[in-house]
Amino acid sequence: MTILVNKNQLVVPGEVLARGSGVDVAGGVYRKKINGETEIIASMIGLVKIRKDSVGVVPLEGCYIPLEGDIIIGKIVRVGLTSWNVDIRGPYVGALRVNSVLDRDFDSLRESLEQVLDYGDIIKAQITYFDRTRDPVLTMLGRGLRKLTHGRLIDVDPVKIPRIIGKKGSMIQLLKNMTNAQIIVGQNGRIVVSANSVEKENLVISAIRKIEAEAHTSGLTDRIREYLEEENKKL
Amino acid sequence: MTQDKTSLLLDDGRRLDGRELHEIRPITMKSSVLDRADGSCYLTWGNNKIICAVYGPRELHPKHLAKPDRAIVRVEYRLATFSVNERKSPAPRRREYELSKLIKESLDSVLFLEKFPNGTIDVYITVLDADGGTRCAALTAASIALADAGIPMKGFVTGCAVGKVADKMVVDLSDVEDKDGQGDMPVAMNYNTGEITLFQCDGEFTTDEVKEGLSLAIRAIGEVYKMQKDAVLAKYTQIEESIDDLGEEEE
Repeated sequence: MTILVNKNQLVVPGEVLARGSGVDVAGGVYRKKINGETEIIASMIGLVKIRKDSVGVVPLEGCYIPLEGDIIIGKIVRVGLTSWNVDIRGPYVGALRVNSVLDRDFDSLRESLEQVLDYGDIIKAQITYFDRTRDPVLTMLGRGLRKLTHGRLIDVDPVKIPRIIGKKGSMIQLLKNMTNAQIIVGQNGRIVVSANSVEKENLVISAIRKIEAEAHTSGLTDRIREYLEEENKKL
Repeated sequence: MTQDKTSLLLDDGRRLDGRELHEIRPITMKSSVLDRADGSCYLTWGNNKIICAVYGPRELHPKHLAKPDRAIVRVEYRLATFSVNERKSPAPRRREYELSKLIKESLDSVLFLEKFPNGTIDVYITVLDADGGTRCAALTAASIALADAGIPMKGFVTGCAVGKVADKMVVDLSDVEDKDGQGDMPVAMNYNTGEITLFQCDGEFTTDEVKEGLSLAIRAIGEVYKMQKDAVLAKYTQIEESIDDLGEEEE
């Protein structure tokens, strides 16, 4: 096995990352046999990730692919008789059944679903089931899962969410501690920010935008800390 | 055709726009130019100006078009009303349907569509200014926009046309050469793997000319591919450079 690229190198789809057998593939790459030799080729724009015996690409662009267990922020796009359809910013629409929202019996003759969740409502929910043959199934029964009623909703690139959260949540903790804002992050690239003043909210949002733009660079947490310290002085 | 075919070359052997026989026109490409689209690209290729937007993978409507095992690609290639000499009716014509279809088929072969069953990837291409070779330019722009949207793909599709003018094989035909020349041969390929995804031929060529044309096209595609790669990465390298500059200033 020979690896032809460096760690954290920027690559584009089609670039050969490694040759030979014995290499595991992580995400963002595919294997192809060319002239009897196996090549590992990037399939997305991103940064090369090299582990002990695997090569992969951490994508810098991409849509949200649902994963079971993900906490997401969704928007109700259709209210049915016994279920809702939720926009989760992915290729598929999430299904939310009434028994995964209310832990009591629901009588569709006496009450309507709009009274529980109406069209356009923003919710924090969890994906319980998804296998690409059927639409993702959501639940709102769980700790912290609820309808979100206040704050500012922003959309970010879903692939940048791990960077916004940071290693073991370091980046998001930094943002919360330095601005005293409440930040709810959905894995699907939606973030709800609420703080005690509009200026603080603007500061958090501009910091998130900065993280999004510079996600592929190193030393980001330190730069964001400096940025927040500087901007906090101005407030 | 009454026009003398040799008049497409100047006395010194160069072409009407001053290019050498095997020279491509100047090309610029920029990715992420549209805010609303998931991926986009603006490309100028000589006098061609093309803008491309990609949406998806997203839910497909109408549902009956959906394939249970993979996503479909929908391509809409359109000429703007002001892109040609006489105003073009905004309704799509035969040519636009044909080009949409062949661009779709060319892109189909490089995308991992099985990752998004029941979904769709929509590619909208608008030619703002047309001056020959728009199908190859449109394919080149579409690949950049698809990569910019983060859609997994085997590699870029890169295109370039070759043709025959005054009995000589030339690279990257302009509109005049395309219309009054003896033939044109648009080629597009995945340059990394060498797989040809589009090959058309219009006019009369000998077997040797086809072989020569193909090798000229592959060489030109190699040049365009390098630009394509730089255009996709430019967005990130610019940010890196500006951060490096800031660091140096502080030191």
